[in-house]
Amino acid sequence: MADLGCSIAGVRSPNPFWLASAPPTDKQYNVERAFAAGWGGVVWKTLGEAGPPIVNVCSRYGSVDYNGQRMIGLNNIELITDRPLEVNLREIRAVKKSWPDRALVVSLMVPCNEQAWRDILLRVEDTGCDGVELNFGCPHGMSERGMGSAVGQVPEYIRDVTGWCKQSTPLPVFVKLTPNITDIRQPARAAKQGGADAVSLINTINSIVAIDLDTFAPLPTVAGKGAHGGYCGPAVKPIALSMVSEIARDSETRSLPISGIGGIGTWRDAAEYIALGCGSVQVCTAAMRFGFRIIDDMVDGLNNWMDDKGYKTLDDFRGKAIANVTDWNQLDLNYKTLAVIHQDKCIECGLCYIVCEDAAHQAIARHKDANGKRTYTVIDDECVGCNLCSLVCPVPGCITMEAQDTGLPYLNWGHHPNNPG
Amino acid sequence: MSQPHDITAGRLPARRIEENFADLHPPLTAHQAAVEAARCLFCHDAPCTEVCPTGIDIPGFIRKIATGNTRGAAITILNENIMGGTCANVCPVEELCEQVCVRHTAEEQPVQIGRLQRYATDHLFALGVQPFSRQPDSGRKIAVVGAGPASLSCAHRLALHGHRVTVFEAREKAGGLNEYGLAAYKMLEERAAREVEFILGVGGITLQNNTPLGRDVTLAELRRDFDAVFLGLGHNEVNRLGLAGEDALGAHSAVDFIARIRQEDLTTLPVGRRVVVIGGGNTAIDIAVQIRKLGAEHVTLVYRRGASDMGATHHEQRLAQTSGVHIMTWARPCRVETDAAGVTAVTFEYTRLGPDGRLTGSGEHFTIEADQVFKAIGQKFSDTALHPPALHPHDLAADDLPAIENGRFRVDAERRTSLPGVWAGGDCVPGRDLTVVAVQDGKLAAESIHRELTAGPAAS
Repeated sequence: MADLGCSIAGVRSPNPFWLASAPPTDKQYNVERAFAAGWGGVVWKTLGEAGPPIVNVCSRYGSVDYNGQRMIGLNNIELITDRPLEVNLREIRAVKKSWPDRALVVSLMVPCNEQAWRDILLRVEDTGCDGVELNFGCPHGMSERGMGSAVGQVPEYIRDVTGWCKQSTPLPVFVKLTPNITDIRQPARAAKQGGADAVSLINTINSIVAIDLDTFAPLPTVAGKGAHGGYCGPAVKPIALSMVSEIARDSETRSLPISGIGGIGTWRDAAEYIALGCGSVQVCTAAMRFGFRIIDDMVDGLNNWMDDKGYKTLDDFRGKAIANVTDWNQLDLNYKTLAVIHQDKCIECGLCYIVCEDAAHQAIARHKDANGKRTYTVIDDECVGCNLCSLVCPVPGCITMEAQDTGLPYLNWGHHPNNPG
Repeated sequence: MSQPHDITAGRLPARRIEENFADLHPPLTAHQAAVEAARCLFCHDAPCTEVCPTGIDIPGFIRKIATGNTRGAAITILNENIMGGTCANVCPVEELCEQVCVRHTAEEQPVQIGRLQRYATDHLFALGVQPFSRQPDSGRKIAVVGAGPASLSCAHRLALHGHRVTVFEAREKAGGLNEYGLAAYKMLEERAAREVEFILGVGGITLQNNTPLGRDVTLAELRRDFDAVFLGLGHNEVNRLGLAGEDALGAHSAVDFIARIRQEDLTTLPVGRRVVVIGGGNTAIDIAVQIRKLGAEHVTLVYRRGASDMGATHHEQRLAQTSGVHIMTWARPCRVETDAAGVTAVTFEYTRLGPDGRLTGSGEHFTIEADQVFKAIGQKFSDTALHPPALHPHDLAADDLPAIENGRFRVDAERRTSLPGVWAGGDCVPGRDLTVVAVQDGKLAAESIHRELTAGPAAS
């Protein structure tokens, strides 16, 4: 049995699975249910300043469904907590007391002045929580008030606010980054410069999930109108992985702990983030899609996989993929794979043929015998090893990409004869 | 021993009969259709389409269901098979499209193509729209004989091309076997009549019911008065057992009785307590299942060869068995036992294959008591209507009749008979006796007729 114990920026949890700052972590009731189910930690839904709470709209969420599957992407136009600050602080204190072994980080978002941050930090520290996460990512609503991604899109603000916080509290400071920016390394470097103990990413992506073709309003719709919201769920994972890898590889930020967020719904997703260097991972959409019980397989699956691989702790494989993420110009142009169709597995759907014919390299031949049996074969001379056929094939293992021994040495673009430079 | 001749109407309360004849496969809900449509892999050069006698673009229509374009899905179906609604219910999909579905290969669970087709066509019919429109009137007239699936398919396609079609039907209603022959639980709620109405709704088709060929009209007249003739005569005779007693009271032609089930009040039909069905085709299954549903207590279906030789599909055999029909194989009838009041039993002889591969009797006999016997040993096409001696005593020259081979009209790939200007299709030509095959015959013949009528003068 592997040890899933997690430690990031001084915050410890029995496993790396945290619930991200979002509706599932809005109150004691939910958080205690999550802890009872086995979640390792939570980032409490973002608190704002003392005073009248914000007001939310109705409705709030929109889903992207695909081919019968619900919610491959989810967006929301909900704001930070709409409960009074005092209530949240009281509940945070109670939860931490009852669940001392779980990570309890509190997300914060207040106006961009030092006093505001100092005030909230003082009150949050008093709850006994394990750390704070500065919400510089929320792309809707709060950003129009000069908070959330309005801060996260200006590296200098990130640096300054992070600096104020570090000066004001001994608590570990996580800085949550918005992906709605051209180069994720800039805000990450700014967080580092401000003294951040860790970054959390990604926050949600600006999005409109759909247009209702009867009302011509965006979804979700509020009295016939809609606004862009924050996109999350399985669909955003590739974007998040790329951004995480950029921070993990950047010479200025490579030592900065990362709490990975974005489309994590299974132990596999989590393992991928950890392989890119993440200390903990945060989950929201999957819990909103299925409830907290998914944690059972997340813990169990990660454990079994680690046992199979012989990894005793998360550190045994943490960051193992970072060195394999490189720049395109370092890739070996002499490396060659060919598609191989395993005829015993073929169900004759013809998808490999038609996509190669229409959209790739006309490298698959088809043959129909007298009994109508179809056979698809790869024309090796035409195959560029692009993977497309193997990606559309509905049968696992039916089309594999086999590395070829070209006998040629490693050769990247920098040294290729076609490179005019 | 129970009383002989125990035949009565209303063996079951009307409500039970109504339940028994409810839809065999209830329609898919929108949600079920969406889930099922999502299972289609959208194969290229799809095996299902290839094996469909009418060549419906099955992945194409399923994709349209998946995207919410259900009306478009229905039109994709009807473009190739104007009786796609009926075929969705009666096609033996388990040995056509669904058998070759790659999901069947992969998971032994094909996409439910038949039910999706029904979902799409039901949707269109419920909208009550007529999606087809005719080309401008061509001034050409075509006679179509018979109003079954082959004929109606032919008439519809010809009407689309702008031709004017007159359909001559011997019976009181159009629809052929769709109206008179298919099992009632597959063709609910006047489905056949609605489909005929839909087909005629395109315009340009005149239906003349109660006008049998050979009595009210002759082939020679049709050839004289029309630019082309299509013969969709279907099966018009049933095979006889050739045994004494087969016409006694209580012995029925299954085909005739099925027609009564479709046309009459189910609570008024005579139903025996003990019933024997002779035959192994889908007609035998249809009568056996329906007589059970009408309340017969013991229904035994006896077939002279093995289960795998039966014309009825495995799916149909299973349906009979789960409906409580006892299927016996390897036995052939020798005598229909009767007394003065009618049928009392049927005596069979066990059979086996001889060393020469021919069916022979074993010499052992057994008798099954029966109040009712249904004969379902096949139907055939008879050409007597083409040369009715009583009405037209003059000799017809041999070249005035389409050539017949193995009991059916000889036709080419375009369904042309040997007689110029005469096409034929459906059960009176070679090929499987399925609605979907008949529809394709009619479609091919119509296209051939259209080409011939619109071709310019031959280049010299």
